Amino acid sequence: MARIGVVVFPGSNCEYDAAAAVEQLGGSAELIFHSATSLGDLDGVILPGGFAHGDYLRPGALARFSPVMDAVAAFAAAGGPVLGICNGFQVLTEAGLLPGALQKNRGLTFLCQPTTLIVSSTRSVLTRAATLGAELVVPINHFSGAYTCDDETYASLVADDQIVLRYRDNPNGSRDDIAGVANEAGNVVGLMPHPERAMSSLLGSADGRVLLEGFVGVGAAAH
Amino acid sequence: MSSAPEPLHRALGLTDSELDDIRQVLSRDPNPLELALYGVMWSEHCSYKSSRIHLKRLPSKGAHVLVGPGEGAGVIDAGDGIGIAIRIESHNHPSAIEPYQGAATGVGGILRDVFSMGARPLAVMDPLFFGNLDDARNRWLVEGVVSGISGYGNSVGVPTIGGELTFDECYSANPLVNVLAVGALPTDRLALGVASGWGNYAVLLGSSTGRDGIGGVSVLASAGFAGDDGAASIDDAKRPSVQVGDPYEEKRLIEACLELLDRGYVVGIQDLGGAGLVCATCETAAKGGVGMDVDITAVPQRELGMQAFEIMTSESQERMLAIVTPENFDAVQAVCDKWEVRANVVGHVVEPTIMTDGTSVGMLRIRNGFDGEVLAEVPASSLADDAPLYDRPRQRPSDLDAVRADDPTIDEPVGDAAADLLDLLVDPAWVYRQYDSQLFLNTVVGPGRDAALLRLAGPGLPASNRGFAISTDSNPRWCALDPKDGTALTVAEGVANLACVGASAKAVVNCLNFGNPEHPEVMWQLSESVDGMAAACDALSLPVIGGNVSLYNESGGRDIDPTPVVGLLGIVDSLVAPPPGWDWNDGDALVLVGHREAAGAVPFPLAGSRWATRRGRRGGQLASFDASRLVSTFNFVTAEVASICAGKVSDVTAVHDVSGGGLAAALAEMASVTRVGVNVAKLEGHGELFAEFPGRFVVATSDAEAFVARAIGAGVPVTLLGTVGGTRVHLGGLLSVEVSDIAARRGGALEGALELI
Repeated sequence: MARIGVVVFPGSNCEYDAAAAVEQLGGSAELIFHSATSLGDLDGVILPGGFAHGDYLRPGALARFSPVMDAVAAFAAAGGPVLGICNGFQVLTEAGLLPGALQKNRGLTFLCQPTTLIVSSTRSVLTRAATLGAELVVPINHFSGAYTCDDETYASLVADDQIVLRYRDNPNGSRDDIAGVANEAGNVVGLMPHPERAMSSLLGSADGRVLLEGFVGVGAAAH
Repeated sequence: MSSAPEPLHRALGLTDSELDDIRQVLSRDPNPLELALYGVMWSEHCSYKSSRIHLKRLPSKGAHVLVGPGEGAGVIDAGDGIGIAIRIESHNHPSAIEPYQGAATGVGGILRDVFSMGARPLAVMDPLFFGNLDDARNRWLVEGVVSGISGYGNSVGVPTIGGELTFDECYSANPLVNVLAVGALPTDRLALGVASGWGNYAVLLGSSTGRDGIGGVSVLASAGFAGDDGAASIDDAKRPSVQVGDPYEEKRLIEACLELLDRGYVVGIQDLGGAGLVCATCETAAKGGVGMDVDITAVPQRELGMQAFEIMTSESQERMLAIVTPENFDAVQAVCDKWEVRANVVGHVVEPTIMTDGTSVGMLRIRNGFDGEVLAEVPASSLADDAPLYDRPRQRPSDLDAVRADDPTIDEPVGDAAADLLDLLVDPAWVYRQYDSQLFLNTVVGPGRDAALLRLAGPGLPASNRGFAISTDSNPRWCALDPKDGTALTVAEGVANLACVGASAKAVVNCLNFGNPEHPEVMWQLSESVDGMAAACDALSLPVIGGNVSLYNESGGRDIDPTPVVGLLGIVDSLVAPPPGWDWNDGDALVLVGHREAAGAVPFPLAGSRWATRRGRRGGQLASFDASRLVSTFNFVTAEVASICAGKVSDVTAVHDVSGGGLAAALAEMASVTRVGVNVAKLEGHGELFAEFPGRFVVATSDAEAFVARAIGAGVPVTLLGTVGGTRVHLGGLLSVEVSDIAARRGGALEGALELI
């Protein structure tokens, strides 16, 4: 069984949801408080959504200094699967584990709504089980979700197949409709939409399963 | 012109006779600090002194009621070892002055009420009332309030799952911002705001105490706006009485308090809301029958040089008071350290004082150091419970008969029904898109439908397949014409909304927003409204387990229309599949379920309808409230939908309650979201298109024969209306509109009015 750590910063709020999704897929989830300096024996790490440290200064700007982030960086450097969802994505970009940055939405309001994602690369721990070009209905829930990066970074994202998910109908002004990106090795992924909120048709969509199955599955394979 | 300075007690909002009452309690003159304590605790907002004699008439009992009115929140037993806590409050006047912070702190305050019971907050709803959007200040208020709810609610990590959005000129100078919160708890974690155990500590948790919100309950909430323009002209004078919120502090406070309760470290716990520390200390002491010594120097202060009355009455946000045994204090401190929450012993629970007549009285003593000078010493219960109760004069408005006689049902010209329909449609998505409505993976039906429906699940709760549904309802247009039947019909409307998602109504909370209680017409409205609510709740077997009264909603001497907001809590016993919602299919038969005509003299009353109000007609005769016509219909619809939620196959494909905008609006809304039209053969004129009275549902079915047979079997009247299909909403030769036009008008109405597009 894959052991997935879910990092809890003060102000995180999707930690239970991420853990529930992992367990629904047969993994075991362990909440890791941000003050931890080591991760223990894990097969993957999720940085969940929320408002780490109140999003003060800007989203992720303080969380990158939480003690646990050194351990997350080391885990990622060793090839461990790391997934940042929403605020977790913002933290990963601030921490330099993923390229680019997230700006305020184009409309300057918070947006909670379903979006349709297009799988743009399967060369990542999140999209490995999905089909290239598949459309997935997954909700977004953010104020600062417009992905941006400089031209040089963008060119390398394209060249190295690091853009893993795009919006079909861009809701927030993200560059090139980008909803999620991976690092060059594909083991660190961040996305603004919430796949853990799309795990059951009772709640409107089960399209997030194929993403998290890939992530939890890669952990299981590693174990 | 010169005049004597105003006596202190009047400046603090106390009347001369109330000062006499205080002298009687103390057998001496109060000192200025003591006067300040009475000033806030005996304010209308805290003491309910004008409304309490009326609220007693509401039914509050039920076998499933675990906690009724009077605590932080009402709690019902939902089954499976889970209790549901629910509470509603207003934050009207702060929001009128400072919309972002007013609304944000309204959310924060209601959440503390809920988690003070040991419940994890799971959902928030916001009924909002504004003046018309052709006024720039109203547009500013809407944007400020919505972003305040969004900014605080999303960040604090509680989904906002719905609400209401009402525009009427009567709210132009006095908008209403009500907030309802629901939480759930393992029933064995239920906590109460009671201090007990001599020698125990009163521990202040959370934020430091500043000068914000001083006199919020007395200066702001218990007086009207004097100017014609409401808050606009008194911004600067009253703005310092508005609190400022910090959702990050509240999020950590929630986690710390729930962990403390889980670990059994606290004896009692209460939030600090209106009237701040004095309220929390005197109420916990009064409930426990104990005394309490409070050391003002132990209270962490945000500013230098704060006076004792400022420390005691500040409404600084994100604070809780926990009663803790000395042995547990180190463990409490450790949990708080983990969550970076401040914890300071600010009080000691002490023995009650034996008076000369032999009675024992718990005294609240405010001290300068625990062993220092006593700055104030008053019976805790005199602050918490002994405010004078007023039976204020009541008078039926003298023009009411004339208003009722001016009935649009009789003489308002028909006009262009299609244009009228398009004018009535507003999709509130611009508002609810700004709210996180999905956190905790519970939201089966989110904002924008008849009622919200959530799984009954959350961190730390026992496993359950049940769901809970919430609806908030109000209708000031009805209540202005007839506060009694209008309120009763509002309760019925709430039950109807719950039925659409398969939930059986279990409990009611209310927020009674009215004008100045010193106006006899307002007191008459309040009293009638309470009677109507009591009648409806008795007839529908619903306990009222909590409420809030917001008075002095007036400006320039003009009162708002009576606005009782009813929050309904329902339960679905098995929730494994979503209810049908509005998604009808091409070829479905369309059935009207329930009595087609209203109870009362007129079959299709237009009085109080949105249609008539848009035409400036605010008079007329409402439909009557007749529970005997409603109960079997509600039960039938609930059972039909509940069986779908339980996973059973059904021919029912869509269900929608007929409410605001009448039958025409209900059908247009369904067409708008499905992009499939409808053809209704015959209706009884424009009255049937636009009349508003609860007890009717639009049901789409793939097997009309089977459905009608079940309805008849249940003794419920049904009318075959027509067929789903095509690209137009075609209603009985009265109107015919393209679905795409309906969707475009409905979708863009709000953003257009806000001048955002």
